[in-house]
Amino acid sequence: MCLAVPGKIVSIREDRGTRMAVVSFDGIEKEICLAYLPDVDVGDYTIVHVGFAISEIDEESALETLQMFREIGALEDELAMNQAAAQTAAVEAVDPVSTEPAQ
Amino acid sequence: MKYLDEFNDPELAEKLFAEIERTVTRPWAIMEVCGGQTHSIIRNGIDQLLPDEIELIHGPGCPVCVTPLGMIDKALAIAARPGVIFCSFGDMLRVPGSSKDLFRVKSEGGDVRIVYSPLDAVKIAEDNLDREVVFFAIGFETTAPANAMAVHLAEQRGLTNFSVLVSHVLVPPAIAAIAGSSTSRVDGFLAAGHVCSVMGTWQYGPLVEQFGLPIVVTGFEPLDVLEGIRRVVVQLEEGRAELENAYARVVNTDGNLPAQQMVEDVFDVTDRQWRGIGEIPLSGWCLRDRYVDFDAERRFDVGDLDAPESALCRSGEVLQGQIKPNECEAFGEECSPRTPLGATMVSSEGACAAYYQYRRLDGSSVDLVRT
Repeated sequence: MCLAVPGKIVSIREDRGTRMAVVSFDGIEKEICLAYLPDVDVGDYTIVHVGFAISEIDEESALETLQMFREIGALEDELAMNQAAAQTAAVEAVDPVSTEPAQ
Repeated sequence: MKYLDEFNDPELAEKLFAEIERTVTRPWAIMEVCGGQTHSIIRNGIDQLLPDEIELIHGPGCPVCVTPLGMIDKALAIAARPGVIFCSFGDMLRVPGSSKDLFRVKSEGGDVRIVYSPLDAVKIAEDNLDREVVFFAIGFETTAPANAMAVHLAEQRGLTNFSVLVSHVLVPPAIAAIAGSSTSRVDGFLAAGHVCSVMGTWQYGPLVEQFGLPIVVTGFEPLDVLEGIRRVVVQLEEGRAELENAYARVVNTDGNLPAQQMVEDVFDVTDRQWRGIGEIPLSGWCLRDRYVDFDAERRFDVGDLDAPESALCRSGEVLQGQIKPNECEAFGEECSPRTPLGATMVSSEGACAAYYQYRRLDGSSVDLVRT
């Protein structure tokens, strides 16, 4: 949860006075709060942390960073897309098995 | 095996390593205070590829890892209450409390839900007005604006069934505590880029002045980390101690002012316990008095819960850079990511978990190949 992932703003709407956006992270779309970046627009890249856009970033840097997330396989983790895996872990936590982690 | 070509720009990485090697003349210890940086360093073997003179110390930069045991126990106690929906970032679910973790509470019938954003928890509260919805508001300055907004919106929307268990911590007081400690070996710091994207860099100048140590604001990608290290080394070798920003594509001096304003509105500075370290004065945020109705500790009367740490776990020494994770007797034995004794083994951003994942074997048996 500590990282922040760059994404591209796809669309913007108001939700009861709060500016919200759909942001695409390498194709994965999430609803993101824009309250802290009031001046960004559709097509801009922004760094997103736990559902909030916190700073702008240029496209080139954004794409490089996304590439890194792809390579280390961390994008789904950071976007909490791994809840199924988390549920599996819950079962294992209750009944620990001795499987070794991948090296 | 660690190859230079694992960096996304191997030529630049090689150049940075070469420059560091050319610059360094004596031993220096550099601490990173960002779990993302720790993960990058261990995953890419940066510490092993650097000249022997440079030692990297992995500081308390993972919010999951520094959340105190007593706070985890409070979360467990609240999550186990009938009628409660307990919402948390996924990383927290396997953090061991005194007797169990949130996953165990869930398996025992507690309604524990992983959320991506604190606003997801607000939505859950709106959709479940007959239930108490509690959000575990942990994190450094990067996460605080999001958590503050959740409280703000809950108030604005008149939600009386929403509360937050707040365990926010701040980077500058932790740096001050470490730099000011008589046992500290740290010669320079990498400051956390995303913390600074919210807070700006202005808080770090006074720390540089006070302790006479260089601080370089650094991103978390491998090349960013290398560049931060290079800049610290150059300063140290030249006898300078300055604040530098090596992450200017994201961080500026002032930071994100609307975010800081919301944090200021919702949170007040407070003393905080850091897991494995102890209390650091004025090192965290709690809810301001006007938001006291959203304070889960009061709502569920768990304010007095406290708990001792595992006697075996040496995560405190790891977090302060006094030992490396694999120097702990329990590392890989009693303590692994499946059965963590301390939080540094739980989060992928924790130093122990990073060592376990990438360097479980003795460091000497890891082949280092530069291409």
